[in-house]
Amino acid sequence: MYDIIVIGGGPAGLAAAIEAKKNGIDSILVIERDRELGGILQQCIHNGFGLHVFKEELTGPEYAEKFINELKELGIEYKLDSMVLNITEDKKVDFINSIDGYVSVKTKAIILAMGCRERTRGAIGIAGARPAGVFTAGAAQRFLNMEGYMVGKTVVILGSGDIGLIMARRLTLEGAKVKVVLERMPHPGGLTRNIVQCLDDYNIPLRLAHTVTSIKGKDRVEGVTIVAIDKSGSIIPGSEEYMECDTLILSVGLIPENELTENAGIAIDPATKGAYVNEAMETSQEGVFACGNVVHVHDLVDYVTEESRLAGRSAARYINDELRASAKAVRTKQGNGIGYIVPQFIRTENLLGGVNLFMRVRSVYSNSKLVVKADGRIIKEIKRSHMIPSEMERVQLSKEVLAAADIKELAIEVMEVEQ
Amino acid sequence: MYDVVIIGAGIMGTFIARELSRYKLRIAVLEKSNDVANATTKANSAIVHSGYDAKVGSLKAKFNVLGNPMFDKVCEELDVPLRRIDSLVLAFNEDEMTTIGELYERGISNGLKKITLIDKEQVASLEPNLNKTVLGALRTTDCGIVGPFELAVALAENAMDNGAELFLNNEVKSIDKVSEGYIVHTNEGSYKAKYLVNCAGVHADEINNMVAKESFRIKPRRGQYFVLDKSAGNLVNSVVFQCPTSMGKGVLVLPTVHGNLLVGPDSQDIDVKDNFDTTLDDLENVKLVARKTIINIPFDKVITSFVGLRATPDTGDFVIGEAGDAKGFINVAGIESPGLSASPAIALHVVELLKSISGGFEEKKDFNPIRRKLTRFYELSEQEKTEAIKRDPRYGRVICRCENITEGEIVDVIHRKAGARTVDGVKRRTRPGMGRCQGGFCGPRVIEILSRELGINMLDVVKDGVSSKILDKETKGI
Repeated sequence: MYDIIVIGGGPAGLAAAIEAKKNGIDSILVIERDRELGGILQQCIHNGFGLHVFKEELTGPEYAEKFINELKELGIEYKLDSMVLNITEDKKVDFINSIDGYVSVKTKAIILAMGCRERTRGAIGIAGARPAGVFTAGAAQRFLNMEGYMVGKTVVILGSGDIGLIMARRLTLEGAKVKVVLERMPHPGGLTRNIVQCLDDYNIPLRLAHTVTSIKGKDRVEGVTIVAIDKSGSIIPGSEEYMECDTLILSVGLIPENELTENAGIAIDPATKGAYVNEAMETSQEGVFACGNVVHVHDLVDYVTEESRLAGRSAARYINDELRASAKAVRTKQGNGIGYIVPQFIRTENLLGGVNLFMRVRSVYSNSKLVVKADGRIIKEIKRSHMIPSEMERVQLSKEVLAAADIKELAIEVMEVEQ
Repeated sequence: MYDVVIIGAGIMGTFIARELSRYKLRIAVLEKSNDVANATTKANSAIVHSGYDAKVGSLKAKFNVLGNPMFDKVCEELDVPLRRIDSLVLAFNEDEMTTIGELYERGISNGLKKITLIDKEQVASLEPNLNKTVLGALRTTDCGIVGPFELAVALAENAMDNGAELFLNNEVKSIDKVSEGYIVHTNEGSYKAKYLVNCAGVHADEINNMVAKESFRIKPRRGQYFVLDKSAGNLVNSVVFQCPTSMGKGVLVLPTVHGNLLVGPDSQDIDVKDNFDTTLDDLENVKLVARKTIINIPFDKVITSFVGLRATPDTGDFVIGEAGDAKGFINVAGIESPGLSASPAIALHVVELLKSISGGFEEKKDFNPIRRKLTRFYELSEQEKTEAIKRDPRYGRVICRCENITEGEIVDVIHRKAGARTVDGVKRRTRPGMGRCQGGFCGPRVIEILSRELGINMLDVVKDGVSSKILDKETKGI
């Protein structure tokens, strides 16, 4: 019997476990399916991590190492190469590995930190042949940075998400010719700094409102058909163009990996594709918490850390009976221009300080404001000169503001600011 | 000198090899690809049809009806997934009601017993997710869904366990007729045989023409499919057909034996024989036609799409038998739908045919019809999982997290006879990469295992075809 079992030893799981330990919980087990801790950070050998949390620029492995070292110093137990097969309502966790075999263990609280996976060719419906040479960006990144293999010579990248941009630079540095990065949307999918540092600096063209419709090649990719996309999202007839390449890299989105969550009967928000969570990062099942990309896909690992520390702290409070399950909850609601909001529920009574609401806007906005409405009444406005879907927005609300009125629904929407 | 050389290691070639391996014969199977079941057998609807569709008196009808009940035994012996489920042909208007009435009559004439016409309410109780505009349906209760490539792989393995030889990467270039029989020349070598069996799928006409005069042509007919995530697998409980109309056969919606949802196929005649390319417009059309059956098929859960090639003969029926002008040369050609369903009966028929031509074969006393069972780790009980890991710790290491496939299972299918040599070969045998991440996570690990177990360089591991190398070179290093 453990107090807390953390599923996933990536940035989310590590931060949650460490924070729970620091809050007085001793019996913690972290279960990681890969051969080492650190999760996807281990293959992100570029820098840019940690600016918020550590006020310095670190590579992915360096960022991970800080947490791995702390975990070890704190003596937190972890299992590698271990796969959780099942979690039950009475908080029994079944996992397997080669050394312990099949293990079934009970726990007082669970923290879900399984991360996310990449959208695939099939999910976005690229037609044509099925040759070798089509990779998701993360898989290609693993091959290059962890296994030590190049995946091709002439490359087309579909999707301007951050991993796609990072891989454009990485492949170029390894001697490949990255012919183009295509983005279906009229705006980039990744952080602005990555557009500049990974594409512009290497003269790699970015073509917005373009996508790949078909792949040619019997055994290995020989080329792809590229089309232009109009404002309504449809293919512009006659815009087809064939481009030779031997590799197609897909960076077309990430999906929280919630099979365990769903099998356990925990409610999933269709907007985030992660579990509904409250102010404590607790899911619809009492004592089961979730944090990081398994809840919603983040732009920066620093925010994952912050959110996961909250989950770890909350799990400790839950075990110490400091969270009131029955407390009244305010529902957050994405209004006009907002894709989702996390958390979806706020039990004001359980708040220690304020609450951070994380959200993404649906399209690009200049000179706009985020308007917070409590049951229709505006309680806060935040001006933003520029907002894009690829960068998360954060709105802080104090406990006092929320406690002041008997709020049922807290909506946030985007409004243009009149010039 | 072989007694029998079989050309093609699809479902027919492997089935005939397995049935012939019951006898004291030297058998060789020649396959042009680097794996068995690598063309029509790997991409089809995976259905064991009841047998109401084929014309009364046709070979299709005869072997379909005979073949269907044979699946239970062979799948049991070879540990191949098979599930018996209903099939429904839906009628949405009065014309289609007439059509299903005709299909019913044809089914009765073909000798079917488990066939009925049901009304709208009965359809709704069997399949609550279908569009409410259904007026009635033809129902059979002896349909089945099966793993077609798993079956061919298992047949090949069992045939080899019983002495048959398999030669991959052997494309037949020419055939000489000699006094004792035939010499088959491939890109790799020459194989002499008393009898030849032509199971070359879409290329069967070309093989025939090397030995006998042209008597049929194969014109491949392409069909495109969607595979949906397992979370959509319960949308239907049966194989759901639309009525054949002047506009075509309509598309099917059915669960697969592994719990995914399969939607397709459409039908296009194509000129190039090995064209497995999907096309955007046709896939859109599959969606459109499928919505006639269920309006809200969750196409956002598509995990992949694929092409199947039907080996459609210009004769309208299976071409099975000794070529008139080539003694001892047996054609098993034009095996389009319901070819999979008919395959067990065709295989037995071909064996009998060869026996009558040769004057009979002697049975082997030690023929073993049983294939060593696969360990399907995820399906085991807690106790069995514990024991499996104790026996071999590699069963404790999950490689494919979507389908929960362990290293032990992957290593096993590499080292079996007719074992996996490619990433897709591993995938077809034990499913890593079949799930929603499509190999994103497990791909690198599978390549690593193949490289280690086969003793080859990581750079030489291929996805599917012989030139389908995945990795280009080592990185620069630091």
